[in-house]
Amino acid sequence: MARYLFHRLWQSALTLVLASIIVFIGVRALPGDPALAMAGEEADPATVAAVRAELGLDESIVVQYLKFMGNAVVGDFGKSIRTGTPVSEMLGATLPVTIQLAIYAMLIALLLGLATGVVAAVFRGRWPEWTANGFSLFALSVPTFWLGILAVLYLSVQLGWFPASGYVSPFEHPLRGVYYLTLPALILGLTHAAVVQRQTRSSMVETLTADFVRTARAKGLGRAAVIFRIGLRNSLIVVTTIVGLQLGGLIAGAVVTERIFSLPGIGKLTLDSVFTRDYPVIQAVVLVITAAYIVINLLVDFLYTVIDPRMRVSGRTS
Amino acid sequence: MTAVDPVAPVALGRVRGRVLRKLWHNPLGVVGGVLLLIVIVAGVFAPWLAPYPPSQVHFTTPFQQPFTVGFALGTDDLGRDVLSRVLHGTRASLEVGVLSVLLAVVVGVPLGLLAGYWRWLDAVVSRLADVMLAFPFLIVAVGLAAINGGGIGNAAIALGIANIPTMIRVVRAETLRLKESDFVLAAHTMDAGAGRILGGHVLPNALSAIIVQATVIMPSAVLGEAILSFLGLGIQPPDPSLGIMLSDAQQYLFRTVWPGVFPGIAIALICLGFNLFGDALRDALDPKTSHREGR
Repeated sequence: MARYLFHRLWQSALTLVLASIIVFIGVRALPGDPALAMAGEEADPATVAAVRAELGLDESIVVQYLKFMGNAVVGDFGKSIRTGTPVSEMLGATLPVTIQLAIYAMLIALLLGLATGVVAAVFRGRWPEWTANGFSLFALSVPTFWLGILAVLYLSVQLGWFPASGYVSPFEHPLRGVYYLTLPALILGLTHAAVVQRQTRSSMVETLTADFVRTARAKGLGRAAVIFRIGLRNSLIVVTTIVGLQLGGLIAGAVVTERIFSLPGIGKLTLDSVFTRDYPVIQAVVLVITAAYIVINLLVDFLYTVIDPRMRVSGRTS
Repeated sequence: MTAVDPVAPVALGRVRGRVLRKLWHNPLGVVGGVLLLIVIVAGVFAPWLAPYPPSQVHFTTPFQQPFTVGFALGTDDLGRDVLSRVLHGTRASLEVGVLSVLLAVVVGVPLGLLAGYWRWLDAVVSRLADVMLAFPFLIVAVGLAAINGGGIGNAAIALGIANIPTMIRVVRAETLRLKESDFVLAAHTMDAGAGRILGGHVLPNALSAIIVQATVIMPSAVLGEAILSFLGLGIQPPDPSLGIMLSDAQQYLFRTVWPGVFPGIAIALICLGFNLFGDALRDALDPKTSHREGR
């Protein structure tokens, strides 16, 4: 198993390096001269050259990349062209909001998805299954950001159940913070709940109809024990994979959710930086999101070995 | 599967008949198929079905309620006909969907075949797929929009790139499976080259998996287009798009909700059609389900 984990670690590091090279080259392929943008359009050539030297843009691309990565590793992503604030400060202010939103949404997705998935598998061919399947089909087809807009209109504006927008740090006001994030997290988690529901259902059905389960039942193991100790535990393996794969979608969804509910997260920072062509910020945001995605997928792989004892022996998924 | 083999087309025809019969007997699949048909007709014939050009403004009649004379689904803040814009927006959604599926197929299928067939290429291609997977589609779209500005091509390329890795994996897995089958061994003994084996034997048998994957990509691309256009990274105004309609409507929600309701329903119907039909197609193409009594 140690060999497998080491292999995955090495693979992820390689992916991360390749991704960072793509981001770096991609940002350099952007139209416009950052030095000119910083010095101002009317600056004389000497000033532009000075700014270029200060930014290190007069050096070879390999040196620039190594310097950039060297700084990035210690959390220095340069300064925003637009505001002059260090990019790391901007990340520090926005990243926690998005992480809280994503974790909350994932928790809702798991709770809702596992519950409806188990119900659908246990009550096969009866109305609870059709309700649960209908829910997931609905959540997969309806654009959730549209639901978000309608939810703001009815649940927040007309009924006044939830705040329509805004963010309160859960670390300062725990209850209010959670309350402010509930509607955004629910909207963001809905699609993922549907995916979890489908996977849970199909894997539970497969397990519950397996021969070893019939044997266990015949030997007197209770129905609840079969469902939760055997069925659910086996579907957790599949669900873990799905959660890992869903993270990309969760990040994309978070950008939209933050826009609808005006949350000051990394999605807002991303959009702002693209529309104002703030290159250092775009570069940092893309790199951070990509790195987070790779690292989380690595963690998911490690989680397998905890959930699935077979992995500890063979070190491979079947 | 070529003209040299007279038996194969008959067998294929029989398989096709069985798949169609199974689809026909699945009520959800039929509903999905009918929905798809409506959506495709609406999209393809939008220029002829729409009562007005999608961007024509009627400044004297903004915020009309649905079912008023002349504007079946009402008008938006500029007095543009919502029905015409929904029809044209559906067309744009389908265009982006088809383009991104094509991109995923054109790049993903050959790479998947090669990676499944040659082990030494597998490492390179799989690493490439990993790197591509590391970029969520929104990030790709953000990057492309920063370089080129938004647009229908930007959305299609971003969503296509995002779907290439899964297409590679599906085709690679099929190739790995089919490579070991007896008919490939038989082809080997008849001195068939790699091109002939992959193109003539593996690809036709992997086709159903590719089609199923395409029905998975389509709805996600339609949703993705709406999200990108909503954020201003996809189709640019004044071109009609369901996502842009939603973002426009959001600003005037307190005056009227209708311009924001219909585009959402349109997106939901497109995705529901593809999801239902795709699920039914997957069940129909799966030979295992014929032994059970279906779902």
